[in-house]
Amino acid sequence: MHSSETTAPGALEMVTVVESEERPRRRPRRERPRTIKLTAGDYALRGVSYVVVSLFALFCALPFVLIISASFSSESEILRSGFGLLPKGFTLTAYEFIFRAPRQIIGSYVVTVTMTVLGTAIGLFIISMTGFALYRKDFPFRNHISFFIYFTTLFSAGLAPTFLWVSRTLGLRGSYLAVFLPLLMTPWLIILMKNFMRTVPYEIIESGKVDGAGDFRIFVQLALPMMKPALATVGLFLALGYWNEWYLSSLYLGSSVEFKPLQYHLYNIINTANALRNSVAGSNVVVTDLPSNTLKMASAVVATGPILLAYPFVQKYFVSGITVGAVKG
Amino acid sequence: MAATAATRRRGSLLRSISSSKVLLLMCLPAVAFFVVFNYAPLPGIWIAFTNFNYREGIFGSPFIGLRNFEFLIRSGQLWLLTRNTVLYNLAFIVIGNILQISLAIMLNEVRMKYFKKVSQTLMFLPYFISVVLIGVIAFNVLNYDTGALNALIKATGGDPIKIYSMAGIWPFIIVLVFLWQSTGYGSIVYFAAIMGIDKTLFEAAAIDGASAWQRIRYVILPSLKPTFIILLLFALGGIMSGNFGLFWNLIGNNAALYSTTDIIETSVYRMVVSQNNFTTSTAVGLYQSIFGFALVMLANWFVRRVNKDYALF
Repeated sequence: MHSSETTAPGALEMVTVVESEERPRRRPRRERPRTIKLTAGDYALRGVSYVVVSLFALFCALPFVLIISASFSSESEILRSGFGLLPKGFTLTAYEFIFRAPRQIIGSYVVTVTMTVLGTAIGLFIISMTGFALYRKDFPFRNHISFFIYFTTLFSAGLAPTFLWVSRTLGLRGSYLAVFLPLLMTPWLIILMKNFMRTVPYEIIESGKVDGAGDFRIFVQLALPMMKPALATVGLFLALGYWNEWYLSSLYLGSSVEFKPLQYHLYNIINTANALRNSVAGSNVVVTDLPSNTLKMASAVVATGPILLAYPFVQKYFVSGITVGAVKG
Repeated sequence: MAATAATRRRGSLLRSISSSKVLLLMCLPAVAFFVVFNYAPLPGIWIAFTNFNYREGIFGSPFIGLRNFEFLIRSGQLWLLTRNTVLYNLAFIVIGNILQISLAIMLNEVRMKYFKKVSQTLMFLPYFISVVLIGVIAFNVLNYDTGALNALIKATGGDPIKIYSMAGIWPFIIVLVFLWQSTGYGSIVYFAAIMGIDKTLFEAAAIDGASAWQRIRYVILPSLKPTFIILLLFALGGIMSGNFGLFWNLIGNNAALYSTTDIIETSVYRMVVSQNNFTTSTAVGLYQSIFGFALVMLANWFVRRVNKDYALF
């Protein structure tokens, strides 16, 4: 989630997570005075709102329909009349091509799922530990360390020196570690965690100290259980970072590994003819028989599917990521 | 005197370290991470002032002063990249914020719970998927032979257009894709701010007979002003950095489109990955870092003047 980092920190502290539909639980539904009559203008605004919101939501969903339809289309129909909103000559050929020789796609899945699970677990542990320490008012170095972490967002060496450092000095070129390690944490996620931490009452920590618990024990036994929403949100952004990763792979992996992370595999299928052919290698197909257009679309569906299925369940944490946001470091 | 003060300070420093050693240890993995991946590459900036070659390494390569920068300025490349980066960001910021605020106001008017839920789910979706998929979508819609857009044009009797070789049209496409991707998710901040407005303000406005437009103009918009100003200032602070993934997956190595679509980050990426050109790319990167840093500082200074609480530092 590179782009979420560019969301301005600071401004978001003023907004609390409020969803209108959750209100009636706390308040009787009819509390709003019914004496206020809606004017014609109010009704017009409301009507326009429904129409515009519907249209925009459809506009957002449309490309997904295009991709899914195209993946179920027959290649010859697509070559004749192009992609459309509905499948043309419904067929499963493209998916058959992918799963006839599933070695590549299964390898990519294993790489991406392993990285996502491990990276999210390790990243979450380190981020929450750091967030906890930086939240402690009695930690004399909290401001120094906060600034040390935050400064990396203000000034960076840039791509070329970083690339040389990671690939030459650290020698990570062609290693999955070059992709795995840099995604473990971002300053934004540490600050997000620290902000979430404010919901943990400070008395809890003090009570732990009075009982003689060490700082690490206070963190594990008292703070962590109260940080579940924070862990869910930060964990979601970490997992999303790993799942959607293609950039570091393109820099450091290139073609040096057999199994590429899922999105980078898709990136190659879309951008190079060879990758498309190799992705179904072993199925002994003549290149001209390859349904290249629909195969690209089916690959996109296979690479994106699981995260789309998970999306409705994690949406609320996705929203709290931007509403809790990042306050000053 | 000074010596005793210094020893006293050192003594208290040691005491702070020993009293908080567990908390320090808890920060250690994160600190080590940023040292290794963010601080350690910093000396590599020196490459910008050398004629770098692999054999002699970063500090062995001949020092050539500012010649890399001179070349970038004289060739006009730096100006082109800066212009594109800044103009795209300005378009993203201005149009993006207007649409996000409008959408938030309209979402606030929607009363049906499920309608709101479903439409929001669809609107946040583009922000959730990888930029690679955005490249796939662009291919599906825009390619010459089978693209959905050309299919539509052909079906209505028109001649198909070669969109991937028309540089002039891409600023519109890129801005449109950006808005598609981020308007829904970005509207959450404004929507939350509207939800946070004191309900009695709306009631008072209604009793005074305010029209729908007046309610927006005199109640909602003024309440969004602080959020807007802060978001705007920080966005302006980031005006030198781009949206690399989006640009790269839409344009990639399509040289026919560079004049209108190449931004600093795509250009640097191409130099490093395809051309192994480390001197020019480091110089461009350093230019971006320094200007970006200055702009963030300036933005922060303005934010501090508007409202101290929201300043970064």
